[in-house]
Amino acid sequence: MDITSMTAVGLGKKIKAGELTAVEAVKGCLAQIDKVEKDVHSFVTIDREEALRRAEEVQKQIDEGILNSPLAGVPVAVKDNLCTDRMRTTCSSKILENFSPSYTAEAVRNLEKAGAVVIGKTNMDEFAMGSTTETSYFGVTRNPWNLNHVPGGSSGGSCAAVAAGESPFALGSDTGGSIRQPSSFCGVVGLKPTYGTVSRYGLIAYGSSLDQIGPIAKDVTDCAAILEAIAAHDPKDSTSIDRNAYQNAGTAGGEGQPAFGYDFMSALVNDVSGMRIGIPKDYFGDGLDAEVREKILAAVRILEECGAVAEEFDLSLVQYAIPAYYVIASAEASSNLSRFDGVKYGYRTQEDEGLHNMYKKTRSEGFGPEVKRRIMLGSFVLSSGYYEAYYLKALKTKALIKEAFDQAFARYDVIIAPAAPTTAPELGKSLSDPLKMYLGDIYTVSVNLAGLPGISIPVGKDRKGLPVGMQIIGNCFEENKIIRAAYTLEQKGGRIS
Amino acid sequence: MANKISDETIEYVGILAKLKLSGEEKEKARADMEKMLDYIDTLNELDTEGVAPMCHIFPVNNVFREDEASRKDGSEETLANAPLRKDNYFKVPKTIG
Repeated sequence: MDITSMTAVGLGKKIKAGELTAVEAVKGCLAQIDKVEKDVHSFVTIDREEALRRAEEVQKQIDEGILNSPLAGVPVAVKDNLCTDRMRTTCSSKILENFSPSYTAEAVRNLEKAGAVVIGKTNMDEFAMGSTTETSYFGVTRNPWNLNHVPGGSSGGSCAAVAAGESPFALGSDTGGSIRQPSSFCGVVGLKPTYGTVSRYGLIAYGSSLDQIGPIAKDVTDCAAILEAIAAHDPKDSTSIDRNAYQNAGTAGGEGQPAFGYDFMSALVNDVSGMRIGIPKDYFGDGLDAEVREKILAAVRILEECGAVAEEFDLSLVQYAIPAYYVIASAEASSNLSRFDGVKYGYRTQEDEGLHNMYKKTRSEGFGPEVKRRIMLGSFVLSSGYYEAYYLKALKTKALIKEAFDQAFARYDVIIAPAAPTTAPELGKSLSDPLKMYLGDIYTVSVNLAGLPGISIPVGKDRKGLPVGMQIIGNCFEENKIIRAAYTLEQKGGRIS
Repeated sequence: MANKISDETIEYVGILAKLKLSGEEKEKARADMEKMLDYIDTLNELDTEGVAPMCHIFPVNNVFREDEASRKDGSEETLANAPLRKDNYFKVPKTIG
């Protein structure tokens, strides 16, 4: 049975029905990996023996009726910034080349509890800093749709693995678009949840106030099922939110409304009648590729035909999102990455003269250029004399951006935007001009700044045959609205991957 | 407004960042930073008078729990990752001359 085109939920059903075993599912993935991995290079680490051993264990529990979640027995690829017990976790960096965690990230643990089987760890931009997966210490990942193009980033390995049929689904992380942009480039569905919905415990931090873990899959149903498995309040992450305590977006408590909760599968409803869609004018102007614009507006028309009401509006402050984002993300990165010092884990320089010298040499040899660039910028904007002018200014800008979205969501149920200005660029064309690369994040970073959920779904291909993705953004906690809109569109348009 | 980063500032930021940059890397870092700061300066167009800086979207509170061990002793696994160890300690270069 060819499992490479099956969705995670579809595969889970076959396993539950006894048409296929969990072991066969893993073997199917490994066979596809053997076939395409040399070209695509989605993975940093593949643990065949452990995956097969675990699949046998899971199959036994399925047979005994202990496991019956939709993902029981389904293989999963995990981004290499999520800790996995005794499985190498590198962040695609030389500095963590030999790091073997002693515990598993909460999101991965939740998947394992649901019976998913980890087959390996996926390639990424080093420490999730980048938009192409080209900053990985372990070499580039290629876009399965065209091997001369990038898969996007930073969760490029996860998205490529799903697009290439190497894994039915994957986990990614999204700090400024790192799930949604590569999902768009690889023609898969990727969801970034409301900040705090998925525990960050065991996620190696980049920008802690922005980082969220989310699902990457072949369709919207999978994303809802995976999110349901990984989302939970976790006391081990102090920024984890209890969605059962929220009835109104952004404020605790409520007026007799049901809480937002953790039921996402119930949003898989093919109906958007009366749904109000906002189209930010500024997102569809100069800088957006004409073919991308055309495909997205065509998808909006489909939703209108299904009864949604779409309207253009001024989101405002759009041009300030990227500078604010890079100040905040770099500042947090410079602090978070100070833990890599060659003492407790990871790479250590051979030159061992003096403690401070050892720290500096270790970090200079262990980090790549993009990571050093952001640590330098972050250290600068946090330094005395510049802190107010840059860091505080960016945090104030963030407050204004959040306010602009609050106003928009008072009028609209969802906002529709591109996920990226173009389809996937060619390999080797992006890194020479960092600022230009950063500008490609224009449609994704403000969602992180405002803590909102966003989903990227494929809406067609351009003339070169590369996938075009569309982003549906919701208000905080309103995953179910974006899942519903995406599901309805998918039912009308079919999926391309 | 073109930002100019002095040699002293690059040195100082290198110390804060705990990075040892070569002469060439320093020049590159300076050029990158000047370019980024010029771009970041567009934020100055925004009037943020009276706006409170927003760190987190939701209120963040301290999370307290009883100080009870919830995991087994993981010291051996933790130390196994150390580039250099001596017995049950991380080994570091001499810190006091």
